[in-house]
Amino acid sequence: MAIPDEEFLLKTTSACAGCPTSLILRYVTKAAGADTVLVIPACCTSVIQGVYPTTAMNIPVYNVAFASAAAVASGMSEAFRAEGRKTNVICYAGDGGTIDIGIQALSGALERGTDFLYICYDNEAYSNTGMQRSGATPLGAMTTTTPGGKKDLKKDLDAIVAAHNPVYQATACAAYPQDLYNKVKKALSIPGPKFMHILAPCPPGWRFPSEKTIAMGKLAVKAGLWVLYERENGKLTITGASKAAMKKRIPVEDYLSVQGRFKKITPEETAEVQKSVEETIARLQREVDGIC
Amino acid sequence: MLTFGTGNKAVATAVRDAKPVVVAAYPITPQTEIVEEIANFVNDGSLDARYIPVESEHSSMAACIGAAATGVRTFTATSSHGLVYMCEMLHMSAGARLPIVMANANRSIGPGWNIGAEHTDSLSMRDTGWLQVYVSSVQEAYDATLMAFRIAEHTDVLLPVMINLDGFVLTHITQTFETVEPGDFIPPVATPHAIDIENPGGYGTLTPGDTHFTFRRDIERGMQASIPVIVETEAEFARRFGREYHLYDEYRTDDADVIIIAMGTLGKEMEVAVDILREEGVRAGAVRMRWFRPFITPDLDGKDVVVIDRDYSFGFGGIVANELQAKCGCEPFSVIAGLGGQEVTYDDIAEFVRIRKPGTEYWFGVND
Amino acid sequence: MYEIRLHSRGGQGGVTAAKLIAYAAFLDGKYATATPLYGAERRGAPVVSFIRIDDEPVRVYSQIRNPDLVIVLDESIMELVDVLKGIHPDGEVLINSQKGTTVEGHRTYPVDLTGISLSLDLVLAGNPILNTPLIGAIAKLGIISQESAKQVIAETFRDERNVDAALRAYEELKI
Repeated sequence: MAIPDEEFLLKTTSACAGCPTSLILRYVTKAAGADTVLVIPACCTSVIQGVYPTTAMNIPVYNVAFASAAAVASGMSEAFRAEGRKTNVICYAGDGGTIDIGIQALSGALERGTDFLYICYDNEAYSNTGMQRSGATPLGAMTTTTPGGKKDLKKDLDAIVAAHNPVYQATACAAYPQDLYNKVKKALSIPGPKFMHILAPCPPGWRFPSEKTIAMGKLAVKAGLWVLYERENGKLTITGASKAAMKKRIPVEDYLSVQGRFKKITPEETAEVQKSVEETIARLQREVDGIC
Repeated sequence: MLTFGTGNKAVATAVRDAKPVVVAAYPITPQTEIVEEIANFVNDGSLDARYIPVESEHSSMAACIGAAATGVRTFTATSSHGLVYMCEMLHMSAGARLPIVMANANRSIGPGWNIGAEHTDSLSMRDTGWLQVYVSSVQEAYDATLMAFRIAEHTDVLLPVMINLDGFVLTHITQTFETVEPGDFIPPVATPHAIDIENPGGYGTLTPGDTHFTFRRDIERGMQASIPVIVETEAEFARRFGREYHLYDEYRTDDADVIIIAMGTLGKEMEVAVDILREEGVRAGAVRMRWFRPFITPDLDGKDVVVIDRDYSFGFGGIVANELQAKCGCEPFSVIAGLGGQEVTYDDIAEFVRIRKPGTEYWFGVND
Repeated sequence: MYEIRLHSRGGQGGVTAAKLIAYAAFLDGKYATATPLYGAERRGAPVVSFIRIDDEPVRVYSQIRNPDLVIVLDESIMELVDVLKGIHPDGEVLINSQKGTTVEGHRTYPVDLTGISLSLDLVLAGNPILNTPLIGAIAKLGIISQESAKQVIAETFRDERNVDAALRAYEELKI
């Protein structure tokens, strides 16, 4: 699908140099078009919009309390549909606001069959408040509240969402905008609850130079640590660069070693990460093959 | 030991020195440094505590309730949205008579998103049964946090205590402060109704209409009993560690005709305004309220009163001014200033005194 | 009370520099406070820090309106921000400048903090460390003592090149 030229995310946002989130949002809004409301809980994007009296968003944005995004979207979607309006309602939330404090509202909205798209852009920490650990922080990662490296595994958000049987569920990555664009476009064409989980490599949080954001996203996919797929009507399709990664991957070491946040990861933890990649790939392959 | 740090660092350091067993942690600007510093203390072994990185503030207070219910010392920190998100749990922790200590970075509540200092967050929780103290220096943040554990855990009190620091203005300013070895200044916690496997019972079960009110009355008894406990604690702190604190701070009030009243950092800056006014021949004085719950009324007999509220109760007025008026019968010139981190200087405060009209309300910066 | 306003960009260590200056003043037996002025924080955006030094406890928390000294850690900020706003008529300016920039109407001390750091290869995450040479420059201005400056650096930084950077700046700043 050709990506349109119109920009809804205007220049001079308050984003950090190399910010993946503003990149993702740019393509999400291009795919969604003007008849859209973004519902944004506390997260980096709350700040990226800029400060009153200006905004960098050329689309309505409703900023809401941290725990409430999916619940607010629920109410908004019901209201629009009751009025016969087809306006896209899109939650655009970070990992903390989705997987921790926002999980209750998300679960409820999915379970009720809400007609909306929930996008979680995942930079694997509470970044807006200065990089504290979230449930999405992976094993071994240093954050300001896990100074010795996180000892718990990353919460499997996709499995939690899958358990609710949304009409469309996909993963994407800031490094692959066309794949991201296609998926948002497809999602918005299907009525019902849709969910997308998008990897957002964060230079200050993950500790890599600001110009390496795209490269980092590609490494994650090539290592099989992030698998690009979509699930529709119970059918799983692997997409983009993950197709190759399902068969042949670079070692997770190549990804972990170029990020300052993994400075303290132990060899045992690295092995555990590699093992979990292998298990995930195998599981997804079984699902693709129809053996589950 | 004399050291140098922010208001947040001082609170975290006091927590380290008070040795809680469980700390629940959730980040929110501008308190995040508190939970980060505590994570560092736990990580380097200087604090032997269970650190629970909860998934929301409702859960951080819930986790503190669970821990305190077993009889251990607990702590958490929050601010604005986090504080009001745990509102239900604030009521529950006080109702459960648990001596939880929490630091709150006073910050405004949105929309719009604003991270500046404002007291509406904690003042809107004034009905919950929590004790509330407002501090105005990094040293006081350290000292008040230490004292909070002793006060909360006193068997005549057994109520949770909230230490309030102005967001950014105090949480992020670096000043010197001296840490102490508390020793037995904070006696071991001994919650009488801690869960006891040998003596099982139901906690927070259904209470019928002919009994429930007695428990509410008990909470108020604890609140009233806290006043002599606070006084005694502050006196003992002065005796052992050399720094004096009182229920409220007075500055040049002896022969004052007009008293300025404020809480938090404005309560320190207003002293400079008093000095300026005195130079002009105005007999000004200042009372910095520290304890808002229990509400301690200063002696304002016959004097003009200018109250600066860094808060507001919509449909009524400035909360400090109105509670003062209700308790002492004065007619304050009620100034609403500093909301959302609005800049208020000693020059502004001096001007509030010059333009005062008793019994009226004045929103600084707004021309109606 | 002596008031310093420090202008820098996020990520350059300006906030830390303010704390170090205040700490050195405290070691000299003064009362000192340091505080940043926060906006939407991100790397590269202009930030401001305030330092107050006095012989009495500092009771003021509001922003510095009439600084006695303005420090500019990144010259390019001067195109975006009026760094001289409210400066005391006798106020002075210290600029991290590679080209000897001076300011009209105020005694200016240009010193190449960046050059000093780069020559010592004192770089962190791609940025030259500016706060340790700055401490040396502040000591040369007599705001803090050399002893306290050295102590602050020794207590805060393990790398001894930081002391060299401070000494170099002390030498290079011309009164």
